[in-house]
Amino acid sequence: MAGLELLSDQGYRVDGRRAGELRKIQARMGVFAQADGSAYIEQGNTKALAVVYGPHEIRGSRSRALPDRALVNCQYSSATFSTGERKRRAHGDRKSCEMGLQLRQTFEAAILTQLHPRSQIDIYVQVLQADGGTYAACVNAATLAVLDAGIPMRDFVCACSAGFVDGTALADLSHVEEAAGGPQLALALLPASGQIALLEMDARLHEDHLEWVLEAAAQAARDVHTLLDRVVRQHVREASILLGD
Amino acid sequence: MLKSKTFLKKTRTGGVMKIVREHYLRDDIGCGAPGCAECGGAHGEPALEPQPQDQASSLWPRPHYLLPDTNVLLHQIDVLEDPAIRNVIVLQTVLQEVRNRSAPVYKRIRDVTNNLEKHFYTFTNEHHRETYVEQEQGENANDRNDRAIRVAAKWYNEHLNKMSAENQLQVIFITNDRKNKEKAVEEGIPAFTCEEYIKSLTANPELIDRLACLSEDGKEIESGKIIFSEHLPLSKLQQGVKSGIYLQGTFRASRENYLEATVWIHGDTEENKEIIVQGLKHLNRAVHEDVVAVEILPKNQWVAPSPVVLQDEGQDEDDVEKEEETERMLKTTINEKMLRPTGRVVGIIKRNWRPYCGMLSKSAIKESRRHLFTPADKRIPRIRIETRQASALEGRRIIVAIDGWPRNSRYPNGHFVRNLGDVGEKETETEVLLLEHDVPHQPFSQAVLSFLPKMPWSITENDMKNREDLRHLCVCSVDPPGCTDIDDALHCRELKNGNLEVGVHIADVSHFIRPGNALDQESARRGTTVYLCEKRIDMVPELLSSNLCSLRCNVDRYLYMLVHKTIVITILTDSHQQMLSAFTHRLAFSCIWEMNHNAEILKTRFTKSVINSKASLTYAEAQMRIDSATMNDDITTSLRGLNKLAKILKKGRIEKGALTLSSPEVRFHMDSETHDPIDLQTKELRETNSMVEEFMLLANISVAKKIHEEFSEHALLRKHPAPPPSNYEVLVKAAKSKNLEIKTDTARSLADSLDRAESLAFPYLNTLLRILATRCMMQAVYFCSGMDNDFHHYGLASPIYTHFTSPIRRYADIIVHRLLAVAIGADCTYPELTDKHKLADICKNLNFRHKMAQYAQRASVAFHTQLFFKSKGIVSEEAYILFVRKNAIVVLIPKYGLEGTVFFEEKDKPKPQLIYDDEAPSLKIEGVVFHVFDKVKVKIMLDSSNLQHQKIRMALVEPQIPGISVPSEISNMDINEPEEKRRKLEK
Ligand SMILES: [Zn+2]
Repeated sequence: MAGLELLSDQGYRVDGRRAGELRKIQARMGVFAQADGSAYIEQGNTKALAVVYGPHEIRGSRSRALPDRALVNCQYSSATFSTGERKRRAHGDRKSCEMGLQLRQTFEAAILTQLHPRSQIDIYVQVLQADGGTYAACVNAATLAVLDAGIPMRDFVCACSAGFVDGTALADLSHVEEAAGGPQLALALLPASGQIALLEMDARLHEDHLEWVLEAAAQAARDVHTLLDRVVRQHVREASILLGD
Repeated sequence: MLKSKTFLKKTRTGGVMKIVREHYLRDDIGCGAPGCAECGGAHGEPALEPQPQDQASSLWPRPHYLLPDTNVLLHQIDVLEDPAIRNVIVLQTVLQEVRNRSAPVYKRIRDVTNNLEKHFYTFTNEHHRETYVEQEQGENANDRNDRAIRVAAKWYNEHLNKMSAENQLQVIFITNDRKNKEKAVEEGIPAFTCEEYIKSLTANPELIDRLACLSEDGKEIESGKIIFSEHLPLSKLQQGVKSGIYLQGTFRASRENYLEATVWIHGDTEENKEIIVQGLKHLNRAVHEDVVAVEILPKNQWVAPSPVVLQDEGQDEDDVEKEEETERMLKTTINEKMLRPTGRVVGIIKRNWRPYCGMLSKSAIKESRRHLFTPADKRIPRIRIETRQASALEGRRIIVAIDGWPRNSRYPNGHFVRNLGDVGEKETETEVLLLEHDVPHQPFSQAVLSFLPKMPWSITENDMKNREDLRHLCVCSVDPPGCTDIDDALHCRELKNGNLEVGVHIADVSHFIRPGNALDQESARRGTTVYLCEKRIDMVPELLSSNLCSLRCNVDRYLYMLVHKTIVITILTDSHQQMLSAFTHRLAFSCIWEMNHNAEILKTRFTKSVINSKASLTYAEAQMRIDSATMNDDITTSLRGLNKLAKILKKGRIEKGALTLSSPEVRFHMDSETHDPIDLQTKELRETNSMVEEFMLLANISVAKKIHEEFSEHALLRKHPAPPPSNYEVLVKAAKSKNLEIKTDTARSLADSLDRAESLAFPYLNTLLRILATRCMMQAVYFCSGMDNDFHHYGLASPIYTHFTSPIRRYADIIVHRLLAVAIGADCTYPELTDKHKLADICKNLNFRHKMAQYAQRASVAFHTQLFFKSKGIVSEEAYILFVRKNAIVVLIPKYGLEGTVFFEEKDKPKPQLIYDDEAPSLKIEGVVFHVFDKVKVKIMLDSSNLQHQKIRMALVEPQIPGISVPSEISNMDINEPEEKRRKLEK
């Protein structure tokens, strides 16, 4: 049988999007009252929940405390029902550890950690449903949660993935597109400065094409920023109305 | 951007595993009609015409667009491709269904859509907000799609009406499904069957012949009698195959006997590998190459393969009974030991019909429109077609496609597709042999050509990225005369340290053919350039094969362009030269070695490069330069260096056991005006031939090592398995009969013993032995390194080998170039390149295409040989016996490099006394003994008794055997009725 056509001659992707278009994004902040900050995000069918505690004193061994800045601790997990096949992942398996590490790198670059020396910030992210672009969804959820916790950041961290099919760069890959096995790139961007917080790539991609794919991912990340910004403003408006009451 | 767009989200759920996929609906998809205010400047240019006028349909005289459903597209593509049919809307729903059901039709639709003159428009209805429909409960996928098509048709009509009511522009729905059509009419959509509509196009009556005749709606064939048992539905077949009741296999009809076939069972089962199917009813409408399910019959019904030659001569349905008689006759010739597993076809898993070449057998009834068509391939049954132009098609080669085979019909139904021309005409016959060997040879489609670089092309800075400038090197190419697709060039120079630097520079075709685009797909499909006697079927468009990539030097190239534009300019002025120098720089992929004077490789490197070929020489010219004492220019010095190293390399290779085999290669000298062959010539080999070959081999081996090092799992390599010892029996026995010993335990000993097998009295013997040795060999094949363990190339005595040096004419080389480019970081990879299953598929296709190209080439030589002997008349020539068979000898005529069989048993003739000795091997005919390598004299003549299958026949002249041999001098007797008459007279 013919394989899936990722990009039709008319320029439409499997789910009807054009090359540069994002999936539908919906997000809410402050979904979890016990935490210092929390947020829930849906990017298409990828759903992620982020919870932030801190800044607080170092838990466990004090020796981990950093004299000049806060320690950022990130933990990633995915719900057993998040993917098509139900698979129980041992807590702290390789994939989760790697993801946690990437998130930590991303947020250490964005949070103004020097404002809270000798303290700790915990970011817990859980993916409830995975349909491509889990890293991006985690970063975006965590950004909202960190903002919700009132922890100062240099800028939003907005992430998006991009791929490359038939000479065209595709933004925000869905699971189907990821599964096709082409090159993928995940980008976390600080949109105001255009600084890159994290860039990760799977499979080989020629450096000539890197520029296009990178630009597609960056543009998508800026689009994510516009949307997240709107969510934050909406949340602030609602919160101030509540306070006003 | 995103904000302004409204997305509705629908999800699809199904299967045991929960799959949720997003499906976005949009409001920015254009209808494709120009001047539509509502769709405005929606993406892309409109493809439809604003006022389609040319289709004057008597059913629907107002302007309209056509909207066909899936089955119309799948079955009536021959009509849709006709230039008369334009302004067609292809729905995404339809296109996706076609894509899943038939890759060839899908490709044809895409080609048509890309042809701007056809005005085909693809409407993405599945993502359009107003035309998307959801599957309802209880509705199956087919019904849902039918509904989606009707919804889109209705939307179009309302939409076009809104655009301009007075235009009266409408969409006409074309479907052959009666229910669907009724529903459409109910919903107010004008709908016709394909047949109704095509017949209403009064200006184009010839289109009717091209309609596929589909018997689905019960087009009655006279006798309603059911001949065949029903085919089981696919689901039942699959169940049956799984549970072992049925076996799945490929149906191979017999060439000799139309009532017999073999089914090759798929899988690795040792038992029941081959099932015999005998008799019309058991064959049950399966056609050669179909994938079928068979049921094995109980042992008491097993049969033996019948030795009878049976050709279908029938014309009428009544013959069915007569055939049953013949079938019984087949079975009487049973020998208990010969019984084989026998089965009957219970159903068809996959049809593998293609358009067939052949000739019309005009019906005896004068006014009849229904005629039988006899395919050139004897394995294909006759096909019934309807045509009004039967008289015009008589004596022509035509193409016919099968549409279906109802249970009550003795023959399948089909439709006329194309007239190829008069039988025996050179163009016609060439077309036939290309079609019959499945060689893709249509002109390249617009879609393919659109990926060619725009002319005038020159090297830009971008092209120079990752590329070394080697224009200062004295590079030249050496090829046969008249070669335009030159893909290799060489250089050799002495380095400061005293070593030699040798470079092989191969046209950088993969720079122009990017993975996955239409150009790449087409080249991958073609797989190889096919060389026929006077025609070349290019794998890549000519702009690449002869211009941009060909490594010729400037002057040649210019002359070639002139020839092609048939402008005659005899003097090349300086300004021409200057103008051209801009084009002479070529992109290449270079393999560069540093060698010492003993031809030992010290260093190997690969790089993409730009070169400047200083000369394009023929083998003869290069040889002349090397031999000339007076020439000492750079090119000649370079050639001498190369020649010296090549000799050392060759010696080393032969010491390792590489084989020098021989096959009589024949070239035709064509008459420049009539293009008829006037003489044949066997190829002459010069030292320079082997010089070029030596470096090509070396480059291929070096590249093979490199890509296997980098991609152990997905390198594309070429191997040549060692033949099983039994293959050599013929050779060993034949040599023994001449008191020579051929050792076959290793390649080295074979090569050595062949070298020693000389006979002073019989110098041609060595060549004959080498020809025989060639026949013992296995076929060399492409394979993916991750799918195989044995890489050895027996013929070249190399542990690893691949093809790198001819990317203009072999697709394998393009893949190898891509792999090598990734390995050295000069180009990027793509997912398919590192997918070993995809690579294995590519190899499978390439092996098939190469085999077919070889067959087509042989068929072309055979046809030209026929032409040659047609004009030459009957000749007698000396020949050597290559093989002896039970009732024939196979001879080779060195003068023409022609091989033929002399039969000693003929129909309607008393059988001579034949004694065959397998050990010698020898054949004794009426007391005269024939051994392999014996010299005989044969008469060669053209037998055109069967117009569709003309062939060269040979008869024995010397030694004379009364009643067998023919006199050497006979006046131009009618060869269609051979000796018979004369023999009668003698009596
Ligand atoms: Zn419109």
